[in-house]
Amino acid sequence: MAIDPSKIKRYSHGSRVPGWDSAVDLTKDPSVVPDPATTYVPDHVREAIEALMGKYPDVRSAAIPAMKIVQREHGWLSPTAMEQAACVLRLTPAYMVSVASFYDMFELSPKGANDVYVCTNISCSLLGADALHARFKEEMGGDPDFNVRAFECLGACDIAPMASVNGTYVGPLTEDDVVQIKEDLKEGREVLPDKQLAKRKAASKHWNR
Amino acid sequence: MPANIDTILFKDIDEPGLNTREVYERRGGYEMLRKALKMEPGAVLDEMLASGVRGRGGAGFAMGRKMSFIPKGQMDKYLVCNADESEPGTFKDRELMQKNPHLLIEGIIIGAYCIGASKSFIFIRGEYDYVADILDAAVAEARAAGYLGENILGSDHTIDLVVHRGAGAYICGEETALLDSLEGKRGNPRLKPPFPAVQGLYQGPTLINNVETLMNVPVILRMGGAEYAKIGTETSTGTKMISISGQIKYPGNYEIELGMKTRDILFGLGGGPLEGRTFKAWFPGGSSSPVMPLTEEVLEMPYDFDSIAKAGSMLGSGAIIVFDDSTSIVDVCYKTAHFYRHESCGKCSPCREGCNWTEKMLVRIKNGDATPMDLDIIESVCNQIMGNCLCVLGDAMAMPVSSMIKHFRPEFEAYIEAKREEAGFGVAIPQVNRGSHAGPGPLLSPAQAA
Repeated sequence: MAIDPSKIKRYSHGSRVPGWDSAVDLTKDPSVVPDPATTYVPDHVREAIEALMGKYPDVRSAAIPAMKIVQREHGWLSPTAMEQAACVLRLTPAYMVSVASFYDMFELSPKGANDVYVCTNISCSLLGADALHARFKEEMGGDPDFNVRAFECLGACDIAPMASVNGTYVGPLTEDDVVQIKEDLKEGREVLPDKQLAKRKAASKHWNR
Repeated sequence: MPANIDTILFKDIDEPGLNTREVYERRGGYEMLRKALKMEPGAVLDEMLASGVRGRGGAGFAMGRKMSFIPKGQMDKYLVCNADESEPGTFKDRELMQKNPHLLIEGIIIGAYCIGASKSFIFIRGEYDYVADILDAAVAEARAAGYLGENILGSDHTIDLVVHRGAGAYICGEETALLDSLEGKRGNPRLKPPFPAVQGLYQGPTLINNVETLMNVPVILRMGGAEYAKIGTETSTGTKMISISGQIKYPGNYEIELGMKTRDILFGLGGGPLEGRTFKAWFPGGSSSPVMPLTEEVLEMPYDFDSIAKAGSMLGSGAIIVFDDSTSIVDVCYKTAHFYRHESCGKCSPCREGCNWTEKMLVRIKNGDATPMDLDIIESVCNQIMGNCLCVLGDAMAMPVSSMIKHFRPEFEAYIEAKREEAGFGVAIPQVNRGSHAGPGPLLSPAQAA
């Protein structure tokens, strides 16, 4: 089965490779540490990152937690966000992007504010996670407020099939729960309070037998 | 199991407020830390060696021996707790850390005291954000009470603990990749040797242990190493947290004594298959372990490190994934290969390319594009991955995939034939010349093939 290169889509930046330096402003030199005098960094972001830097023997260790902070601040790792983190850490934006592109939880392109990670790994898919993920996509896929992703094992196979909604683990989910989750998120309520993993008892107690 | 030992780590795990220092101390918490500080570090190590406790993260290496590899003397040494629990099917550490974080902290402090480390880290996976919040709160409580920081409990030892959150990569559960990630780099495994015990985090000697292993440290000190070694079998001592999931009635975490019969685990604790189904096969220790069909013989097998290894699989992290007759083995195989293809870090070619092509071949099988010869090619690719990479992620893909083909070859072949027919490719090429130089063989008419 030969591959026809002309059928492979190109991204907006002109490459067939997704996301290459998409989080870097190409008009600037990526190998230069941003100048603190000209780079604006909000005070609370600077304080949070500096507190992190003090925890480790080497500041580079703070790169990943620092990117989490700026991602929360900006919604995604935009060129500005990367520059702010790099400025405080005294690292280059190129280094930050090279690290960020390795990890699943960093978003190098804009995304919806509400993260919905649906686990589609073995244990969950044995209990119908693929259909559940399709249902999530159908319900929230077109909505710019949501970021629905099929995720690898989230480490909660006891409540399979499950999803992590803004970091809250909920399960076992049925396809009817999808609408409820969407409504809860829209209203700013706690997500499915009865199905949260944090409130579940150990298995020997949970199963009444 | 001796009568007085019911469960150890999971004892009263649902006690309200166990995650606070007050309740934990009321139940005898941090007493073992005081006891350890009065002992010589060597005496603590002797207890660990006597207990024979083996690492609970997957490899099953004896913890005491690993500790004894750390060089003595004054230098920057580190202790890292591996809480990057990403192996599909494993969720024991999540529940342990969420409900009893202080036991882990106590274990880490004793471990750090034993090897002489002044800085320790908990590397927790980024997805477990709410668990990391609980750990952060517990660390703050422990620091306020003088268990962490400078001159702990009036002694001249300084031990600090940082909770470091990862950002979502399975490979960071591998110890050297974890160290790279903790140093703020891409999580690529390192060449071994030098092993982390000699040259690890920031080039200093580093002890890396799983959450459950470190939680056993205060328990061993309380019971005494020799007493602890009486639980379980001779070579697999102690209790083990197992995570049961998949198509089974009562999934969840259970604590068992090592050496328990598989039947008692799957039918006793797990409650047996779902209504109207029968078990087909299982992963005995996470998705990296070779799959075994659930025959009568396997059900009689004791669940411990050595018995499972002898039967051709591994105990791994103690994550049991069961699937029943309603599930096609090809789907399970595809999901497994897909996961490892996604998580391969891309450093070593056999793993990067091997996982990729194995997944592509499985897609071909699912699309009805394959011939039974593809199974031979998959097996050959898997054989070439094993043992040829810096870490075992590639092996972790190759072992379950090749074991599934080995045990369920007729099912794969029937699936391929059925899918070919569906896709209009006609009767498949019969298999001849199996082996590394497998060719397609002569073409037969459908009548001949039948």
